[in-house]
Order: sequence, then structure tokens, then C-alpha cells
Amino acid sequence: MLETPSAVPSSARPQRPRVGLFVTCLVDLMRPSVGFAAVKLLEDAGCVVEVPRQTCCGQPAFNSGDRDTARALAEQAIEAFAPYDYVVAPSGSCAGQIKAHYPELFAGDPNIARKADALAAKTYELVSFLVDVMGVTEVDARFDGTVTYHDSCSGLRELGVKRQPRQLLATVEGLTLTEMKENEVCCGFGGTFAVKYGEISNSIVEKKTENIVASGAHTLLAGDLGCLMNMAGKLSREGQPVEVRHVAEVLAGMTDEPPIGAPAPGK
Amino acid sequence: MTVHVTSPKFKDNAHRALQDEQLQKAMGNVRQGFIDRRAAVAAKLPEFEALRDSARDIKNHTLQHLDLYLEQYERRVTAAGGHVHWARTADEARRAILDICKRVGARTVTKGKSMISEEIGLNAALEAANIRPVETDLGEYIIQLRGEIPSHIIAPAVHLNATQVESDFRRVHTHLDPQRDLSQPVQLLTEARGVLRDRFLAADVGITGANFLIAETGTSVIVTNEGNGDLTQTMPKVHIVIASIEKVVPTLEDVSQILRVLARSATGQEMSVYTTFSTGPRRPEDVDGPEEYHVVILDNGRSSMLGTTFQDMLRCIRCGACMNHCPVYHAVGGHAYGWVYPGPMGAVLSPSLIGVDKAGHLPNASTFCGRCESVCPVRIPLPKLMRHWREREFERHLQPATFRSGLGFWAYFAKRPRLYRLATSVAMRGLAWLGRDKGRFKTLPLAGGWTDFRDFPAPQGATFQDQWKSRRAGGAK
Amino acid sequence: MSARDEIFANLRRSLGVKGSEAPRRHVVQERLESAPKGLVPQRGQLIGEGLIELFKTQAEAAMASVVEVDGPMAVPEAVAEYLRASNLPARIKMGDDLRLAAMPWGETALEISKGRSDGQDLVAVNHAFAGVAETGTLTMTSGPENPSTLNLLPDYAIVVLSAKDVVGDYETMWARLRDEYGKGQMPRTVNWITGPSRSADIEQTLLLGAHGPRSLHIVLVNG
Repeated sequence: MLETPSAVPSSARPQRPRVGLFVTCLVDLMRPSVGFAAVKLLEDAGCVVEVPRQTCCGQPAFNSGDRDTARALAEQAIEAFAPYDYVVAPSGSCAGQIKAHYPELFAGDPNIARKADALAAKTYELVSFLVDVMGVTEVDARFDGTVTYHDSCSGLRELGVKRQPRQLLATVEGLTLTEMKENEVCCGFGGTFAVKYGEISNSIVEKKTENIVASGAHTLLAGDLGCLMNMAGKLSREGQPVEVRHVAEVLAGMTDEPPIGAPAPGK
Repeated sequence: MTVHVTSPKFKDNAHRALQDEQLQKAMGNVRQGFIDRRAAVAAKLPEFEALRDSARDIKNHTLQHLDLYLEQYERRVTAAGGHVHWARTADEARRAILDICKRVGARTVTKGKSMISEEIGLNAALEAANIRPVETDLGEYIIQLRGEIPSHIIAPAVHLNATQVESDFRRVHTHLDPQRDLSQPVQLLTEARGVLRDRFLAADVGITGANFLIAETGTSVIVTNEGNGDLTQTMPKVHIVIASIEKVVPTLEDVSQILRVLARSATGQEMSVYTTFSTGPRRPEDVDGPEEYHVVILDNGRSSMLGTTFQDMLRCIRCGACMNHCPVYHAVGGHAYGWVYPGPMGAVLSPSLIGVDKAGHLPNASTFCGRCESVCPVRIPLPKLMRHWREREFERHLQPATFRSGLGFWAYFAKRPRLYRLATSVAMRGLAWLGRDKGRFKTLPLAGGWTDFRDFPAPQGATFQDQWKSRRAGGAK
Repeated sequence: MSARDEIFANLRRSLGVKGSEAPRRHVVQERLESAPKGLVPQRGQLIGEGLIELFKTQAEAAMASVVEVDGPMAVPEAVAEYLRASNLPARIKMGDDLRLAAMPWGETALEISKGRSDGQDLVAVNHAFAGVAETGTLTMTSGPENPSTLNLLPDYAIVVLSAKDVVGDYETMWARLRDEYGKGQMPRTVNWITGPSRSADIEQTLLLGAHGPRSLHIVLVNG
């Protein structure tokens, strides 16, 4: 399902929309700074951000064939995020799960299906939400250096996230974007795949880091923490001097935290 | 099943493939060639995406009326003087073909490239009956010399390099000058052309697959670039087509729609060199062509896929675009999949044909990157179908116990948000403390699949939800 | 139960039908009768010179060579000239096509033999049924006029194509074929040929002349 949504006319959305932040389990646990960057970007765009109690969208269960657990977690999220005008996740993968797969999970259950459809309709990946829904055309941020951007699979192919991050990155002061070869090719993460088929996953991420390094960029950006941890883990194992960050950190100008997988300064 | 199935050993196969430098180099050719050419040719045809919809719709319509179109197809073949043979299983298909070959006293059989022939293990059956099968597609010919199965559905020898082919030719073509120069691919092609030309002329029976069967006219269609399929079906006295039930399409117009996406998706050509429509045996006035025309139509489990969630897979037109664009296929090549059909289409189809107990790894060995679906000319939702296989495996407890219990452990917490916050809050602080010096872990218990190959970044510390709560409580933003 | 009966029983069980339902039968009959065209690309929707130009461009993109001549009478000389330029012997094989037979072959020094090919012919001349401009594809129909083996076995295939037989798309070509052979009827073989034979099976290197002709030369006859 590839869609390239155009900006929602401003008349079609609330003045100060209430956004429920689906922070995603990886950002919640591993890299909260991405969540705060998302909050800043959303608030700067005029949203009121709230964070209901949450765990996981259920994708690991869904993709492992455990439909019951996937449904239980989906129902949890459907309840928790019902009150908001929009639901935004700093991840194409989790937003894709809600948008593309929740309706499918409840296709046989009209009662919940209606709610799942409603949630799907108002759920967005962070950067495409900023550009396509809130009409954001520039950010107030500075980042000195050359970056390259990896198009994570779910965001790219399920949600059509491609031009939006590039459009906003172009407005970051001091930043130069240099594209790597095969930027639309999977990094080999694939959730549990990275552990279940570690050796194959490794071969895929090796090709990816080769392209990243060849781009000459100093920093790698992407919109999904799972992919970023995979690529950061490989780059550091290879001893490559490439820093890795979530695109939201750079767009929000919040890059004080050390890059992914790097020690705190002074350590 | 006559073709040895190694799919249960997928991980071992993959391990070997990843260590095989020659194979890794050959797979690099796939990553570059096919993808760029498909993209370029698709971009040249503004209607390409709409034609994919059209191809999908034609296949869906046909599948919904498959019984009726097959009846019509059979009537038209018979009216044109051909014979239709129905085979429920691989064994019945082999027997139908052997019966014809024996009746006409065949000693040599030339073959056009056919995946159904691979599926039913036809060559082994012919050899057992003292009939010599000769593959004539260059790639198929090469792998036949090596005793291998195809590693790709349209480029069977894509896993090999020219040096390997040269040594096979020297080993087998002993009637030729041992001093001859075979250092260039064109010399290998010329040699194969010469050797196979004699076979074409000497063959008693020609066996081809079919890309399509046309109900309107009782026609079988083959698509090739070499012309080997045409020679296979034109030169011998008997032409046998082997095709599965889902190959039928209604009309000449319908097949034209699908042909517009087939070659573009497969090789990135606007049209393959030879697209040949065959209807019955030679006519009384003809000066060439086969005297007998047979079609063996194989079910082999496909009729049971109809009406199920796997019906979508029956749209497949075997272009190979899914594997051309698959990072897992690029990494391990086609043989690792352990049976006839590799890549994403194989990961969906093989469990249907040989059982999910044997082929269970295949639908799991995917990152769900979705690139296969994004290029499939008939828009088969391959990741979704792989996921459905995972659901069947989960229901039948076919996945490893450790994986299952790990998933259950995680699910227990994820379904209890309060407990989850508490547990993760403690766990992340602990993990962050352990990883504070390096910012990453070189090893982690139970995560060897990850840390054997890459570092695991350490968490920052307090979870987002903890920090958010305390910030809100403290009145800070 | 025979294999055939069981397969159809399975199909119908899976589809949840009996096979005798009138509406389903009607839908199928209707589709076979009307043979709807589907989506025909704009690319071939040209007339006159534009159509011919597109055919030439596409055929050449598929690595065929094309030469235009002013009328049927000029074909033999064009063939002879092609053979001379390609350094080939002045010997060709052809079938019984009346259009070819009406051409002044005797005015050239070409040695002509008739009939199908046994694999020993270097050069053959066939007449095309049609040319499809959208992909530069020739449509060849089998028969004693233009034996299939002449398309396949010689190293050099020469195909004569009348400009009036160049159509924009496959659908128009099928309509012409039905006019000639009848609805639902086909010659034994219809061969679409787009360029000379090729293979990329060795290391993805594209090589011409795998089993079929190494070279495809089209003589396009105007007027």
C-alpha cells in the first residue's frame, strides 16, 4: 500500500490538534530523547501533545504469527488513543502497524473494526505528519555536518515516507544531505528476524554499512529506531566513525545526547 | 517428491551460502542488473502501474471462474486436434508424460525451461525410463550438467560464474578440442549453441512449460529470449506442454495485458524476444511443426489453495521480480531455500506444495521489507501471505520452543501496562548502568543472534514514560 | 473418480460453486465473446508516419535492424544488398508466400531455395503478418507460406513487413488476425518476435544469438 498523501488543508484540522504520542516501545525503553524531540517538533507545529499509558503496538506478535496477542495489544492501543485528534509515532514501522494492519486484524469483528479503522485513519508517522498534515515547511534547527538518510521499509512502502524528511532536513542550518546507494533497501533488521536469522541479517546490514560509509556522510539518519540500532550496532562493531541518530533529534535541534551506541562524553 | 527437499535445513544452507565467496559475488550481479533495468523500463511506460492492476484483475477474475475457463480451454485444444491430460499429482503428471514418450519410442527429449517440470522432478523420471532429457535454455543446460536445480525461476544459473561454466563444458563436451579458447562468455554461448543445435534436430519429443493457456483459442504461450522454447516445440514430432491449472487466462486480449507487465518486471525488457502462441499440432498443409500436441495440466495441491487466503498466490506469473528485489535472496541465493521455488514467491508457495512442516523456515526468513510486493506485477501481498504461514505455524506450535516462550514472556508484560512500566523502568536503568562506559554491549545473554555480529546500543536510562511523568508532575514541559 | 473429475470437483468445492450456475456461465461466455481490450497504452496510438517511426525506433531498441524500401519491387535488391554488406553468401531460403513470390527475385543474383529449414540455412526470408509499433514486435504466422523453422533456425533472419500491416498495439493486431482466421481460430503458431535471439544466463552478460538468429533484419515496405 503505497500512498503519497498531500498536505491536509488547514481548514480540515483543528486549530490546536490534540496529538496522542505513540512513543513506541523502542524509543520508550532505549532512547527517550527521540520521544522528547518528537514532542518538541509537534508542539512547535502547534499541537497539544499527550502521552497516554502504553506498551507496544503488537507488531512483534503480529509478525510472529501470534494473532491473539497482536489483537490484545491492538485493543489496548485502540482504547488508549481513542480520545485524540491524531496519533503520531516517531516510527514508520509502528505507525504502519496501526495504519495498515490493525484494520486487517479485526476485519471479522465489526465492532472493533470500526474503532480500528478510526484509529488507523488518524495515525501518522512523525515527519510525514508534520509535513503532510500540519503543513510544516521548515524547522528551526542547526546541525553541522554531512548526513545520509536511510529510508526504513515500513515508512517508505506502507506510508509513502520519502520526500518529507528530506524536505525538512533541507531547512536545517549547516546540514548537507548526501544520498547513499540503495537507500531504499532494507537494513536487515526486520524485528525478531535480526535475532532468529542473525547471520542473514548480518549479511544484509553489512551491505548497508558499506553504502553508508561510501556515502562519505558523518552521520546516518533514519526514522525508525529498530533499523538505527541495527545499523549503529554494525557500524560500531566495524569500527566505522559514523554517528547514528534518529531524524527527529536533528530536526528538533536536540542533539546533546550522545549518538546511538556511543558513550556519554567523558566516558 | 523426487526433488530432494532441504528446506528444513534452511539455516545450514544459508550459512554455507554466506561463506561461499563465489556465490556472493554472483549474487551481486542480481542486485545490480535486474533492479535498475526494471525501474528504467517501468518508468518509460506511463500506464505501467495501471497495467499491474489490470493484470491482477484478470487473474482474479479467471481464478473465480477457473473451472469454467479450464473446461473451455480443454474444448478448444481438442477442437484444434490436441490432447489434454489431467494430473492430480506430480506422479500422475510424470506418468502421463512417460506414457506419451514411450508410445512414440522416444530416446531423446528436448526441454524448454519449465518450473513445473522441476516441481514434478521430470528429468529424473525420464532418465529412469532410459529417455535422455536435454535442457535447452542455456542456464538450465548448465545446471543440468552440474546436477543442480535452478537457483532462480527465470535465471537458473545466476549463482554461477563463467569460469565454473567453462570447466563444466570442458568436462562434458569431450568431443571438442581440449585446447579451445573458452575464456569469453560469448565462446561458451557459441559452444552451447552448437551442441544443442544437434539435439534439437535429433529429439523425438519436445517438452515445454507454458506461461499462459488461453481459453478462447486453446492456445499455450511460451516466452523466451533464446528461442530454445520454439525450437523445442517445433522440431520434434511430438510437443508436450506441462502447465499448472492456474495458468489459464480468458482471451488473447487478456494475455496481452499481462504480457505488458511480464517481461518488464522480469528482465526489464519491453517485451521478450520470442512470445509464441501454439494451438494444436501441425495442420495438413504445414511443412513444419509437431504432429502431436499434448497438454498435461497439473493440480498438485493448487485447487485446495483456491478459496483460501493463499488464493492470491495463484496469480503469480513467475517473473522473478520478487526475488530480484529481495535482500534475503540476495544474501543467500536460491539454493538455500531448499526446493524448487526460491525467494518470496517460494516462501509462500512452497509451504502449500510440500507442507509447512518442511518449508516452515521460508516464510519466517523475511524482514517484511515489502519490496517484493512493491514490484509484483500482479500485486500479490507476499509479506501478508508469509505472515499467514507464520500464523499457521504458531497455531500448530511449529516454531522453536525458546522463541515461543520468549514471545510469551514479552507478551505477558506488554499486555499489562502498569506492570510493564514498572518492569521496564527497572530493567532499563540497570541495562543503562551496565552499558554506561561504552554506550553499547558486545555481548548480551540470550541475544547471540544479534551480538555475534553487531553491538547492541545501550539504553539512555530512565524510560520515556518515567521521564514524561516526572516532568509533568514537576510542572516542567 | 478420474483425475479430471476430481480436479474439477476440488476446484468447485474450493470456489463454493456447482459449475452449473447460469450467471457464472454467462459472465464467462460474455468475456470470451466480447474479449474486452483492457488498458491499451497511449504509446502506440499514432497514425501514418508517426506509427512507422515508433515501430522502427522500438525494433531498433530491441537490436533489430530496419531498412525501408519504396515498394515490393524493391525488396529483392534490398535483401541482396543486406547480404553483401553483411558479407554473407547470396543464398536464401523462403516459403510459398504469394507476396514474396510476386517480387522480382530474378533481377538479383540471389540463389533461392524453398520450404522449411533443416538447420543448414544461413539466411531465410519470411513475410510478417503484422508489426506492432508499441514494442517493435513482429507477428509471424505459421504455414507453408512462412514456415516457423525459417524464423528460428537460420543465423540471419530477414523479415519483410508491409507498412500497411504496422499497427499500434497488440489488440489491433489480434483484431486483424481474427478477421483473417475467424473468431477463436488460430494458425498453429503465432510468433511474436522482438529483436534477435539472446541470453544473459552467463553472469548476466547480454549475448546475441543464443539458439535463434543472431541477427534480425526487417525490410519495411512502403506504398
